[in-house]
Amino acid sequence: MADATLFRTCPDTGLPVHLPAQRLIKANAVAGVLALALGGLQGLMVALTRWPDLQLLPAEAFYTMLTGHGLNVLLFWIIFFEVAILYFASAILLKSRLAAPNLAWVGFVLMAVGALTTNYAVFQGDSSVMFTSYVPMRASPLFYLGIILFAVGALIGCFIFFATLVIAKDEKTYEGSIPLVTFGALTAAIIAVFTIASGAIILIPTLLWSLDLIPEIDPLLYKVIWWAMGHSSQQINVSAHVAVWYCIAAMVLGAKPLSEKVSRMAFLMYILFLQIASAHHLLVEPGISSNWKIFNTSYALYLAVVGSMIHGLSVPGAVEAAQRRRGFTRGAFEWLRKAPWGNPAFAGMFTSLVYFGFLGGISGVVMGAEQLNLIMHNTLYVPGHFHATVVAGTTLAFMAITYLVVPLIWRREIMFPTLAKWQPYIFGLGAAGISLFMMGAGTLGVSRRHWDINFTDAALSFSYPDTAFLMMALNGLSGLLAAIGGVMFVVIVVSSILFGKKRGDDAAETNPVIGVGGGQAVASYGSEGTLKLPGTMILVGVFFIAFFLYYWVNWKYLSEVWPLS
Amino acid sequence: MAIFPPEKRIWWKEPLHGFELVWIGICLVWAIVMFGTMIVWHVIGEQNLSNTAYRIDPDVFAARTEAMVTQYTVREEGDTGIPVVHPPAGSDVYLQASLWQWYPILELEKDKEYRLHLSSIDWQHGFSLQPTNINVQVHPGYEMVITLKPNKAGEFGIVCNEFCGIGHHNMLGRIYVVE
Ligand code: HEM
Ligand SMILES: [Cu+2]
Repeated sequence: MADATLFRTCPDTGLPVHLPAQRLIKANAVAGVLALALGGLQGLMVALTRWPDLQLLPAEAFYTMLTGHGLNVLLFWIIFFEVAILYFASAILLKSRLAAPNLAWVGFVLMAVGALTTNYAVFQGDSSVMFTSYVPMRASPLFYLGIILFAVGALIGCFIFFATLVIAKDEKTYEGSIPLVTFGALTAAIIAVFTIASGAIILIPTLLWSLDLIPEIDPLLYKVIWWAMGHSSQQINVSAHVAVWYCIAAMVLGAKPLSEKVSRMAFLMYILFLQIASAHHLLVEPGISSNWKIFNTSYALYLAVVGSMIHGLSVPGAVEAAQRRRGFTRGAFEWLRKAPWGNPAFAGMFTSLVYFGFLGGISGVVMGAEQLNLIMHNTLYVPGHFHATVVAGTTLAFMAITYLVVPLIWRREIMFPTLAKWQPYIFGLGAAGISLFMMGAGTLGVSRRHWDINFTDAALSFSYPDTAFLMMALNGLSGLLAAIGGVMFVVIVVSSILFGKKRGDDAAETNPVIGVGGGQAVASYGSEGTLKLPGTMILVGVFFIAFFLYYWVNWKYLSEVWPLS
Repeated sequence: MAIFPPEKRIWWKEPLHGFELVWIGICLVWAIVMFGTMIVWHVIGEQNLSNTAYRIDPDVFAARTEAMVTQYTVREEGDTGIPVVHPPAGSDVYLQASLWQWYPILELEKDKEYRLHLSSIDWQHGFSLQPTNINVQVHPGYEMVITLKPNKAGEFGIVCNEFCGIGHHNMLGRIYVVE
């Protein structure tokens, strides 16, 4: 049985909080934010280098910086934060003790050591192979070793999560089904196990190869397995940030999902249909047949996309229903106008939802059509797409929930509230900007991972259209804006944690961060009752029309390039 | 107060709402349309990536490229020393990727078909034909054969768009398309 002295009762939500779990959540979140700070800075340097009139860094430093950027933000920031979410969604939301906290610390240390090792290898300058590390390009063994250690640590985090679910069930800390947010986290954790297994299958041999213990690794085979990890890990992010959307909507507005059945089915679709979705990273490789590509991108990718489109209805629907319950019933959109836009948790959540759907979702599906990929593969369109998903989507959602985690878990008030109010908008706008402008440049053919689109030192010459140069300048400016938003976030969070006013037990009344019924809504099972949602219907209608039109426009573009077969 | 407490329901036994059901239906139909589009494009579309690829020893590929260059070189490009090759319409054409060069420069005729053989002799590279915007991955050890029909005359750049080390941004090739 759980030892009662290891718990405190949260004055805001009424939930019992397991103190060892709380310490682990803090450690993982802090490590994540540090990785984001470093990686974000590297992103800014990269964006300013790709601004042709500035070209901040020399070539070699640029490629090193880009490698570091991808690793620090995509792997280390996101996954540290996700481990914190797993512990929160299991121990806290299920009112349980966390399984084996000491082992969880071992996992944390492995992850930290791994992240430091890989960063060390990258900063040595002999491992500028990008985070994808396609063979036969070779990094130093430490590069692969660090990633493997990090992954083992993350795997331990997943098993701690599963074990906590088992404990909570055994000790009957909850009744009926687990809460939706925990269910979403469970989806993420299951996918993570598959992801890490694929990672091990490919990275361990690659490590041995870098030590000359294995003579050769087939470059195509490498990619097929690497993307089984690389793509699934993006599905972890989606599951995690959708869970975070539901979580914020529940905590801030007391929102419940429209239907537990539909939302959970949508999460399940992520697990069922992702396995070989890595196919859409391999659409223009030699030696892979069209049948395989079409089958795997469509059944796997599209059904996972359907899952996301379902969440795209039920998340705003839950917000609308909750707002209508609270009395904002006039017209189609009073609920949206009168939403708490000054609350950075809500603002970040809702903008993340919009950017993810409109920018990231649509572009991803378009790029994943077998033939359309021909006009996009490895152009800047690709980073444009995933900055919409993983920066404007995932990162913004994680930032948003941090505004709840600091008062609830750290028991500190957020410092600089005015700055905090603006932060999600500034970061979101910057992130949306880099997405859009990189997609724009990519549509004009500009290559990703490229230091000099003027080709100054090349033997031959070629010029991209002038508009492409404009896009790259606007991308640099947006990068600056995103970086300002990122710095604001780090400053607010770090200073609140260190120097924020201690949150007293009466703060739940004087300065509530949780809406009426929020603690109950997030930690229990239950669907929304009434379903009159004209606003949400209009929103998804607009989304569908945008999706539809943009999809066909791209087939039009494709039909104009040189015929090939 | 209800006489009976609300039953703790299990999620998969909940009812489905009509409104959500309609949306799920729309999404599924759309997914099927997108699936069908790829297949239909294989039938009616003119831009489909080739499924022809072979494993090949890089030395063999380099030798075949060199044989084509010897046979069909028509001039050198400025003072770069890079041969410009004008193979006959309809023939097999070789383009070799290496650190950090596309070799040789090709001169093709507009509206004629060619079988373009693409491979790398060292690392992975990215064939990015601009400004028409066709992007294909190039692997060492694999030879992809694409049937290609230039539909515009002019000077086209081949950018390398797969990062291939420090000289990556200097890896620029060219295709001339003549009337
Ligand atoms: C200040 C914020 C950021 C800026 C200005 C920024 C900018 C950029 C730019 C300009 C590129 C280079 C594209 C290229 O040359 O190929 C890039 C690559 C990338 N970014 Fe960001 N980024 C930011 C934040 C993030 C975040 C938060 C994530 C992930 C959560 C992220 C993930 C990536 C990844 C995975 C790449 C690809 C690296 C590669 O091609 O190997 N970025 N970013
Ligand atoms: Cu190259």
